[in-house]
Amino acid sequence: MAGKLTRSNRAGWLFALPGFSLLFLFIIIPFFFAFWLSLTNQRLVSPNPTEFVGLKNYSELLRLSVLTLEPERDDAGQIVRDANGEIRYPRVRTITRSGDFPEYRGMREWFRWQSGENAKVVVASNVVFMKALTNTLTFALFIVPLQGGGALLLALLINQKLRGINAFRTIYFMPVVISIVVISLLWRFIYDGEDGLLNNILAWLTFGFFEPVDWLGKSDTALGSIIAMSAWQAVGFHMVIWLAGLQTISPTLYEAAAIEGASKWQTFRYVTWPGLRNTAILVLIVITMQAFAIFAQIDVMTNGGPLDSTQTLVFQAVERGYGRQDISGGSTISVILFVMVLMISAVQGILTRERT
Amino acid sequence: MALVSAENRGLRLAARYATLTLVALVFMFPLVFMVVSSFKPDQQLLSDTSSLRAFLPVGDISLDNYYAAFRRAPIGLFMLNSVFVTVTTVLLSILLCSLAAFSFVFLEWTGRNVLLTIILATLIIPFETIAVPLLLFVSKLPWLGMEGIAWGWLNTYRVQIIPWIVDALTVFLFVQFFKDLPRELIEAARVEGASWFMIYRKIVMPLSGPVLATAAILKSLKMYNEQYLWPLIVVQDEAHRPVMVGLGYFFQLQIAWGEVMAYLTLISVPVIGFYLLMQRAFISSIASTGVKG
Repeated sequence: MAGKLTRSNRAGWLFALPGFSLLFLFIIIPFFFAFWLSLTNQRLVSPNPTEFVGLKNYSELLRLSVLTLEPERDDAGQIVRDANGEIRYPRVRTITRSGDFPEYRGMREWFRWQSGENAKVVVASNVVFMKALTNTLTFALFIVPLQGGGALLLALLINQKLRGINAFRTIYFMPVVISIVVISLLWRFIYDGEDGLLNNILAWLTFGFFEPVDWLGKSDTALGSIIAMSAWQAVGFHMVIWLAGLQTISPTLYEAAAIEGASKWQTFRYVTWPGLRNTAILVLIVITMQAFAIFAQIDVMTNGGPLDSTQTLVFQAVERGYGRQDISGGSTISVILFVMVLMISAVQGILTRERT
Repeated sequence: MALVSAENRGLRLAARYATLTLVALVFMFPLVFMVVSSFKPDQQLLSDTSSLRAFLPVGDISLDNYYAAFRRAPIGLFMLNSVFVTVTTVLLSILLCSLAAFSFVFLEWTGRNVLLTIILATLIIPFETIAVPLLLFVSKLPWLGMEGIAWGWLNTYRVQIIPWIVDALTVFLFVQFFKDLPRELIEAARVEGASWFMIYRKIVMPLSGPVLATAAILKSLKMYNEQYLWPLIVVQDEAHRPVMVGLGYFFQLQIAWGEVMAYLTLISVPVIGFYLLMQRAFISSIASTGVKG
């Protein structure tokens, strides 16, 4: 098909090579380098030679166990209870620090639950990593519907023929062109427990009944606050993507639906939504990938706290790789993160494919 | 009957505009607050948050926060660093990515498809997963300078520029755009004896206005706004620090919120200005990543 006119090995390589070399050097090499580093004890600066340590870095992050604690009993065999009537259990420390159970050595309690009169305790070799992992998954789980769905609603809202509609589109998109670093610092003030705007607005809307909340200072609201802010910032981006998708749907389909007497919901369900299928897959994958990469918001707003409730994988990778100069530990977290992103993208790809 | 329906339509229209405006307020209020607060002394800024005054430029309005912010941090230097890194990266990116894409679309050569597939596969590697190994890598790289070979790229401009020049998305955008250009044009020029570089420069580039705008806008936003994690770990010295990392100056024990708002306004307003001037180009550049992706 290609004639002699376009066949040119020399020019072809010459044009493509500068770009490809940079990509190879700064994306592909570090990518494979991460896998290798995760099997070593490499540090950023170290007088000692680097050693191969096998899967040690992974087991130090991923080891999990469930311990069963039996209640403490007095001499008569009765269960000992404290002043509040709660059953007393031996301390987890007595197991993880004892020489009798070397397999639990160094592990710490992550969480526990009650099972009959016994307590089940989940211990992990690295509790902070486990929290970072679950926080990252929680972040992704909530931000995908919030941001993707919110963006679709905005796109439907803005996709009407009204005078001045472009001005509204311009405003909805504006947070997208502002750095997430700026937005995060700004929202730190909005979420402030004392002078924060959010508390004042909520108090005003409820005629003063709303009790002020230190949104970023409490472990049960911090992550949610960051999710809401992140969705607010990027929702305009995905609104534009949805809008582009909406505009690819042929108007004749809507005319046909109108002639058939379809309701608004039916039109959306049977015309609009099927027409947006490809856009939906893209939005889903892009938001998920961005969610797994969350870093700046955490670094600016909470530093992972309070009580590690906003630790994330990238934040942990940077804290170890850069903060503690533990390149191998940071690389190991990076590899785990990448494998998760890959698996989730693959699952999303398969799920969305089967639905047709 | 007709009267009622006209009234109904009027009401509906009003409801639509009310919804649109309410949503607009949700997106505007933090930004208005930021700009307005940057002109207020700290004490007033804090007390104003309890009323609508938070969004109004009232009371003791002055540029004092701006003067204080400039005294606290070398803001001019940070701005210059960010602009220099952004402009250099964008120009080099457009050049190298479009050359590569030109080669992938118009030339036939051994290994072409393999190379393009490899480039596109890197789309699924988030930068955050290679930041740590890349940190070690750049800390060991050589550089041939005026004084001979220097080792290590930390605390330089090049470490902020070179790794960011080529990315799969930009190459992809150019490839998609070039595919739609008329091939006859290129073949005709080839018959007349034009070199490949002449074709690239005189025929393809002049036709590529839209994709150049898209690539430049996306890359500029990435380099100016989103560069945070990377400079945070590879640039410790002040001389090369970009604006987003420069924010650290304002995280003291006692945060002077007025100065913070002044700094945030200073570093955001140029981008907002560009956006308002060229909003069609901004929005269509985002849209094009979606339709074709």
